[in-house]
Amino acid sequence: METFLQIYNETYKILLLLVPILVSVALIVWFDRRVWGFVQKRKGPNVVGPFGLFQTLADALKYIFKEIIIPASANKIVFILAPIITMTLALSAWAVIPLSNKMVIADINVGILYIFAISSLSVYGIIMGGWASNSKYPFLGAIRSAAQMVSYEVSIGIIIINVLLCVGSLNLKDIVMAQQNLWFVVPLFPMFIVFFISALAETNRPPFDLPEAEAELVAGYQTEYSGMMYAMFWLGEYANILLLCALGSILFLGGWLSPVDIYPLNAIPGIFWMIFKILILFFMFALIKAIVPRYRYDQLMRLGWKIFLPFSLIYVVLTASFLVYFDLLPK
Amino acid sequence: MIAHALFFYFFSIIAIVSAIFVIVSRNTVHAVFFLILDFISIACLFIMIGAEFLGMMMLIVYVGAVAVLFLFVVMLMNVTEQKLSWFRGTKKTGHIPVGLIIGTVILLELIVIVGGWRYRDSFSETEFLSFNNEFTNTHMIGNVMYTDFIHLFQISGIILLLAMIGAIVLTYRKREGVKTQSYIKQISREREDSVQLKDVEFDKGVKLDD
Repeated sequence: METFLQIYNETYKILLLLVPILVSVALIVWFDRRVWGFVQKRKGPNVVGPFGLFQTLADALKYIFKEIIIPASANKIVFILAPIITMTLALSAWAVIPLSNKMVIADINVGILYIFAISSLSVYGIIMGGWASNSKYPFLGAIRSAAQMVSYEVSIGIIIINVLLCVGSLNLKDIVMAQQNLWFVVPLFPMFIVFFISALAETNRPPFDLPEAEAELVAGYQTEYSGMMYAMFWLGEYANILLLCALGSILFLGGWLSPVDIYPLNAIPGIFWMIFKILILFFMFALIKAIVPRYRYDQLMRLGWKIFLPFSLIYVVLTASFLVYFDLLPK
Repeated sequence: MIAHALFFYFFSIIAIVSAIFVIVSRNTVHAVFFLILDFISIACLFIMIGAEFLGMMMLIVYVGAVAVLFLFVVMLMNVTEQKLSWFRGTKKTGHIPVGLIIGTVILLELIVIVGGWRYRDSFSETEFLSFNNEFTNTHMIGNVMYTDFIHLFQISGIILLLAMIGAIVLTYRKREGVKTQSYIKQISREREDSVQLKDVEFDKGVKLDD
């Protein structure tokens, strides 16, 4: 009976997190297209529902009723597994994200490593999709995106080391609580910029959307996908973007903490601040999609390996020596 | 406790079965996928015995980086065809004796190691891992690694660095006649260097020096 109750409780908690995330993914897609439209002096989706809010739901409905086509020469099992893996991984990383002081499903000691591991696993969804399609464009797209994600993972890892040096713990709650006096965006501002750009590359967002560069590769690894399987890739991609926004706000923007610790601001519940920060980061993602042209592939690799990696390594040395010299190392 | 045992058997069965499939499966890419599944289930086993740091490192290093490179090599070099022809016996390969020798050596080593193994009565009584709730896994590993074994740790780092430099030196070839962009040249280009204004006389044309 007790185990049953526990399972019921856990399922309840998981559903309470997953359903809002899926709904907010739908809303965020609408927001993304809307911002994109406004930058280009268009209206964006504005017909379905108030302000076009239900546009994504209408799209999803359309995807559900479309036929799923599996190419004749595709590797069927891997082809079907790929979108499932993408979406599962994107959602499972949310288990350790603390939305406020108490709202977290699994408060594990190595939270940041868990997120890092999951996001490095999400390459597989793309590689499997591209390989299993057994056609040229998806395969090229998959190879590109795998190389891109592996390269930028390295610089994200080193940026995380920078933050961890200042915190002294791998727990996400500890990382947020260490920023009570000063958000890490202030002392580590260059790292915040590098993190933001690496996050764009990690999630295959423009200007680094080479895996699906429509001028060269049709739609990259998604070319052969249709119907609900395409929609799952799409959902997974946006859930990943939201995840990296959440990670950015936890690492640099003080998570659920209010900007200043004074009365009317700190009375607002933490989850509001968290969502607010995620939305601001996502707004920047959306703006960049609209205003920056796409990188060439060799420029992308050069940026990752020859600029970001040495720069963040040097910054690790600087941060460590600063902390040691002024005896600020966390216990 | 029963749930714990069930999970243990679940992950270990997946690990063993997928390890078998790595060698049995005819498609090389499938073999790499099974290898990844094996890594993941072993990471889960690590987490189950409380070594969460090792488990996560297993995921990040092996699954996130090493296996991706495996996949790259296997996908790009078309090993699948070779392996298929080997399975069908249409092509003779000289690799079998070498493989047999290496396999025998590894088997002998395993026999030596497992033969000298002393099992303890229960896991929590091991000397090195005294479980202390004050310190997390990561703290304890760091404490050992950066104090008692700092020299070994640094030497292994240098060996890895040497291997990396060696691989680059062996494969890097400077090619002639490759057009590359020089960013400094592009940025430091001024108007005076690139634009010339000339008054052209009627019916004479102008000679450009290039």
